[in-house]
Amino acid sequence: MAQFTLPKNSKYTEGKTWPKPAGASNVQEFRIYRWNPDDGANPRIDTYYIDRDDCGPMVLDALLWIKNNVDSTLTFRRSCREGICGSCAMNIMGGNTLACTLGIDDCGSDSIKIYPLPHMPVLKDLVPDLTSFFAQHASIQPWLQTETAEPETEWRQTPEERSKLDGLYECILCACCTTSCPSYWWNGDRFLGPAALLQAYRWLIDSRDEATGERLDNLHDPFRLYRCHTIMNCANTCPKGLNPAKAIAEVKKMMVARAV
Amino acid sequence: MAEAKVAPRPLSPHLQIYRWSWTMAMSIFHRATGSALYIGIALFAVWLVALASGPATFDAVQGFFGSPLGYLILFGYTWILMHHMLGGVRHLVWDFGYGMEAVQRINMARFTLIGSIALTVAIWAIAFLLF
Repeated sequence: MAQFTLPKNSKYTEGKTWPKPAGASNVQEFRIYRWNPDDGANPRIDTYYIDRDDCGPMVLDALLWIKNNVDSTLTFRRSCREGICGSCAMNIMGGNTLACTLGIDDCGSDSIKIYPLPHMPVLKDLVPDLTSFFAQHASIQPWLQTETAEPETEWRQTPEERSKLDGLYECILCACCTTSCPSYWWNGDRFLGPAALLQAYRWLIDSRDEATGERLDNLHDPFRLYRCHTIMNCANTCPKGLNPAKAIAEVKKMMVARAV
Repeated sequence: MAEAKVAPRPLSPHLQIYRWSWTMAMSIFHRATGSALYIGIALFAVWLVALASGPATFDAVQGFFGSPLGYLILFGYTWILMHHMLGGVRHLVWDFGYGMEAVQRINMARFTLIGSIALTVAIWAIAFLLF
């Protein structure tokens, strides 16, 4: 049975309010989830203020500004700052997205609230443990599988066959969709979640792949695939504008098509 | 060697902080209405049992359903039934892979709510006009 409330050690409390930047006229408030594995205390929500006139336009810029100017212990993942690495995925203003591609202005709030990706074990502050997420991705065997003899050159594909991968290959595995899914919150140990299933479909629909039957066998399970109840949070939240819900619907259709 | 002491990892907040969307709200509402229909069909069974039990019992049950509270319950049951029906149609359409694009999916979720209210009002308006 799903537990809708947070466990005792996960309930968060009001944290520290850090000083406003001196002499700043254009100040923006941030409320950020903090948890430190070393002090044994419950998570808390700290309040920070940034100087907009001294800070870049994106939420990631604000986090870096805080880390550089206010509190160097604030911990989060980031790398490419251009929406292609998927490291800075987090929950901002109630939706999962990449901090680097979301403008501070687009949050439309006097107080921008930031939490780690939902319903995940927290390593520190905004850094969730994604071990299980990546293991689930590995379980769908995300590589080309063939039986026919390898061609002299590359495996050929027509433009039409290649176009079927559009809207699938762009996935950067940031985990925004999977951690937005209530079904994954309640059954994340057995349901593969939208990201892994979109990747599964990416290989199922690839004209060069010859393991379609085995791939479908692997997904034919009441939990792995069929815990998707088309809640659509995945499609609503994907920072790359992809549609995992639709990919999952296509996998379900393939299951039906091969059964009849 | 002394082992490093690490506190048990907390679970990050989920329902507490996630922003509601139309599709998410209508999904949970579909499940809630589905559960409520069990109680609704029990009411219908009570009415049938009363019918089989003789005039005195039937009059009492019929009197209850004809009271303002009874009407309210029946009106609510009609709405729940219509909502669950339209929700079922919505999920059926989605299972065929249609109506899943950004604007469509939100509009379909909205239509479940608006359509169920409209159908319920229409059913009761017709019932009052005819009987």
